[in-house]
Amino acid sequence: MIYLFQLVNGIGLGMLYFLLAVGLSIIFGLLHFVNFAHGTFYLLGAYFVYDMTERGLNFWAALLVAPFIVAGLAALTESVLLRRIYHLPHTFHILVTVGLALMVQELVIILWGPVGGNVSTPGALSGVLMLGDFIYPQYRLFVIGLTLVLAIGLWWLLEGTRLGAVVRAGSESTDMVSLLGIDILRVNTAVFALGAGLAGLAGALAAPIRGVEPFMGVEALGIAFVVVVIGGMGSYTGALIAGLLVGIVQSIMTTLWPEGARLMIYLGMGLVILTMPRGLLGRA
Amino acid sequence: MTTALLEIENVHGYYGKSHILQGVNLEVRAGEVVTLLGRNGAGKTSTLKSISGLLSPSDGRVRFAGTDVTGWRPHKIAQRGLALVPENRGIFGLLTVEENLRIAERKGSPWSLKDVYRIFPRLEERRRNGGGQLSGGEQQMLSIARALLNAPKLLMLDEPVEGLAPVIVDEIVDQIKKIRATGVPILLVEQNLAVCTELADRHYILELGRVVYHGTHDEFAADEATKDRYLGVKAH
Repeated sequence: MIYLFQLVNGIGLGMLYFLLAVGLSIIFGLLHFVNFAHGTFYLLGAYFVYDMTERGLNFWAALLVAPFIVAGLAALTESVLLRRIYHLPHTFHILVTVGLALMVQELVIILWGPVGGNVSTPGALSGVLMLGDFIYPQYRLFVIGLTLVLAIGLWWLLEGTRLGAVVRAGSESTDMVSLLGIDILRVNTAVFALGAGLAGLAGALAAPIRGVEPFMGVEALGIAFVVVVIGGMGSYTGALIAGLLVGIVQSIMTTLWPEGARLMIYLGMGLVILTMPRGLLGRA
Repeated sequence: MTTALLEIENVHGYYGKSHILQGVNLEVRAGEVVTLLGRNGAGKTSTLKSISGLLSPSDGRVRFAGTDVTGWRPHKIAQRGLALVPENRGIFGLLTVEENLRIAERKGSPWSLKDVYRIFPRLEERRRNGGGQLSGGEQQMLSIARALLNAPKLLMLDEPVEGLAPVIVDEIVDQIKKIRATGVPILLVEQNLAVCTELADRHYILELGRVVYHGTHDEFAADEATKDRYLGVKAH
């Protein structure tokens, strides 16, 4: 029973990891941009929910609004700063985005303090679900359900819509997309904002489970890169599978060998890099 | 006198430090097929790139349908109706044939998906295939079809039959003739002289980034000396 519990936990965790990492993966696929500030969006999503609920706003309203604020900030950063460095080597991307991430992290400490805080689980879902011996928190089931719906919606957006086709096309040749009369810079901004908004939503959803603290962005960045490396850069399905894999492994290891839970994830990543450098579903 | 639809005036362009275009002048009028000939490295592809905005001219003017489009971003120029079918064909392998076409569809294009399938029946047969699964000839057809859906007022084709088997070359030449018959002017870069003489009304020859010869179809056809001098052994 404990394993079933941890498996379901792992699925919930894994879906959050997917939400967190899929934006990073798509942004890399389209823009070839290495974004070390991606964890920052997760951090901000969580803190926005924290701040709004502290001010007495309803959790659901905060959950709805926070990702859009994150997406808006990301769109602004992309169009003012980041698009100017896409053409530079990856080292510059890392330099600029690490700088950004540190600035935001310090800003979070200045605004909300170094300690962090808790976000209480929304009243309607603060109970547990009981199925015979199996007892599970309702909020976590809600997270699994919502992220599943979002995963399906996102898949449809990428595979079934014109915008999705443009994004896939842009990951092959931005010049050719421009030659068809499509403003690739606007597409880039939209995709960047979408990826950031999803990371922000992951942070917002995670806030009632794990609380908020200023360094959660760094931790999230590490996980996001593990997921993207295992799944393959630029692959939606890869991010989904790898997110779930990492979540489940981490969750089950917490029972078997708690100290080694993190280690296993990075070992797994190392193994993937050694055996299939492009990741499970990455392309050349 | 017919006014030019596309006018290139003294265009200069650089790739890094190499001065690849050194003052190109040419024009295309309504309804015409014009070829741009020349040896490899003469600046043919760069000329097309500087027209479509992929290469920003360092000097000179590009005017299209009365508007100065010099230095505009490529998508703005494409929206005006200047369509480039690039040498590498630019097919999106991650998209199906039909998705490749759909993302190019533009409101107000006189060409519909049905129209391009009528000209290129092979594409309709392969509409569900991935762009990466097409043969070279099919990729070329897809690239041209895509440009048509983009509502072109002028079509630029960069070596459309390069590297293709003769039977496919004939097929594509016939298709280009069908497009020409609808009145869309075409600026054609091609090494295959037989194809050029079959299609074009006028010819330009580029050498070292400059236009060194300009003549009508008949003048060029009779001028063996020019063919020998600028196009060398390939003339046949």
